[in-house]
Amino acid sequence: MDSRNLKRITVFAGHYGSGKTNIAINYALKLKESFDKVTIADLDIVNPYFRTKDSMDILKEHSVKLISSPYANTNVDTPALPAETYSIFHDVDQIGIIDVGGDDRGALALGRYADYILKEGNYEFLFVINKYRYLTSDPQSTIQVMREIEEAAGMKFTGIVNNSNLGDETTAENVINSLEYADKVASLTGLNIKMTCAKDSLCDILKDKVDNLFPITLYVRQSWAKEN
Amino acid sequence: MSEKVLMKGNEAMAEAAIMAGCKHYFGYPITPQTEVAAYMSKRLPKVDGGVFLQAESEVAAINMVIGVASTGKRVMTSSSSPGVSLKSEGLSYLAGCDLPALVINVQRGGPGLGGIQPSQSDYFQATRGGGHGDYHMLVLAPDSVQEMVNLTFKGFDLAEKYRMPAMILADGTMGQMMEPVSLDMGEVTKYEKNWALTGTKCEREPNIVNSLYIDPAELEKINFERYERYKMVEENEVMYEEYLMDDAEICIVAFGVAARVSKNAIDEARKKGIKVGMIRPITLWPFPKDVLNKAADKVKAFVSVELSMGQMIEDVKLSIECKKPVLLCNRVGGMITTTDDVLKSIEEAAKIGGEN
Repeated sequence: MDSRNLKRITVFAGHYGSGKTNIAINYALKLKESFDKVTIADLDIVNPYFRTKDSMDILKEHSVKLISSPYANTNVDTPALPAETYSIFHDVDQIGIIDVGGDDRGALALGRYADYILKEGNYEFLFVINKYRYLTSDPQSTIQVMREIEEAAGMKFTGIVNNSNLGDETTAENVINSLEYADKVASLTGLNIKMTCAKDSLCDILKDKVDNLFPITLYVRQSWAKEN
Repeated sequence: MSEKVLMKGNEAMAEAAIMAGCKHYFGYPITPQTEVAAYMSKRLPKVDGGVFLQAESEVAAINMVIGVASTGKRVMTSSSSPGVSLKSEGLSYLAGCDLPALVINVQRGGPGLGGIQPSQSDYFQATRGGGHGDYHMLVLAPDSVQEMVNLTFKGFDLAEKYRMPAMILADGTMGQMMEPVSLDMGEVTKYEKNWALTGTKCEREPNIVNSLYIDPAELEKINFERYERYKMVEENEVMYEEYLMDDAEICIVAFGVAARVSKNAIDEARKKGIKVGMIRPITLWPFPKDVLNKAADKVKAFVSVELSMGQMIEDVKLSIECKKPVLLCNRVGGMITTTDDVLKSIEEAAKIGGEN
């Protein structure tokens, strides 16, 4: 990651379950190594569980500010966003990372703030893709989801994040087998692949084979997760 | 398809239903199962003859299910706890009309509106009918996204085989978790449906789908006949998984997400030298009574791990005829048992049982 060319705001959006939240958290922690003020905003109004707020402790430990719905991870089903979300656009001395909910339904919330982002013009709007998700397993269906999100958000994507994975079972081979798919999405949309994500344990094998490799650490482990 | 894909539990059940030949879905959104409806709304219009309809309420949705089921076509609805309460009248009508259908309950905390976090406190409602009258549903409890796929497929099959409603009893965690799955499920078994309302074309006597019987003696007879069929289900369709039961002195009984936590706790307890295993009911009705009863002759104690105030524990005690003590390890309100919670109960059970 080249921090000199970094835009002030990075927005992650994509198909439901493409892995946006984990990427946003890892990205925020990475940027905190180079920048003093880093804020992450959870704009997800779709997903009831497994929220950015699950990672509250690790973010706090690294002094990354979290803006999240007061109702996230509670028993209340209210898709509310806090007024504090605006601070990410008003205080331009900080680096802002925005984690958007899945699909066009999730991206509607981003539409509320699109004018602020476009007006400042200092942003990356990254489309997170996963070849191993059933409804985005080929470039055409992936691009269809992408167009739906752009319409709901009122913004055009500026780059692609290849996060092709099969959860706990992901192998280095799975990542390598996704490169052609990601390249195809890139060439059909005219966008660059800004990074390819892989869980940290695979990065030693992948580092010479994948450009712009971005390691993902899973900070939250659930009690029901299968032991490896 | 041999390659695995990454799916959310709710989506996986929806896709499995489509693959099982379900072209009709009626539902109403409620967290944490809304993705089933959302997925169906995107997928079913692309399926030949597919119908997705968001009903005006859960009551409307289940009655639409009754309508399609009467024609012998595969049909599904899904909801979460409060929504399933609303559907309960329709479930009783499905049973009373001997109609197959698949109903998914992705449980959340209760009673009342409760909350949106996961729970298993609809066990009584699912296994005791929920609606009125003497009836049963097949109740299937998956513990992984792959099993959600398999049991959706199986649920449609069993429902048709025995002409009765089947329920997938999942919980919020199962509905929301993402895991790799194979959608390779083989062929759909076709059943003769000479009872279905498909139009007589003036070539046969009309079929009647009905749950009203004017003559009480006839209603009694039909109830007895239906329970003969339930007996066959109990004899032939019990499903369970045994985990490390060969030398077990303590037997955990748990289903769904509680079984997953329990597995991790069992592995921890084994490291400490405690001989503990698990019987995981996959069918909650029919309940694996015999295997539990046999285990009771071998183990010192049972631990029922559930996200309820203690519902399945009653079936455990009935199954083992109270031969051994049964402890309860539970969390409720949307909280999930931790590995430590279960481990503590295992250690407690080890003490109660005494040394060999």
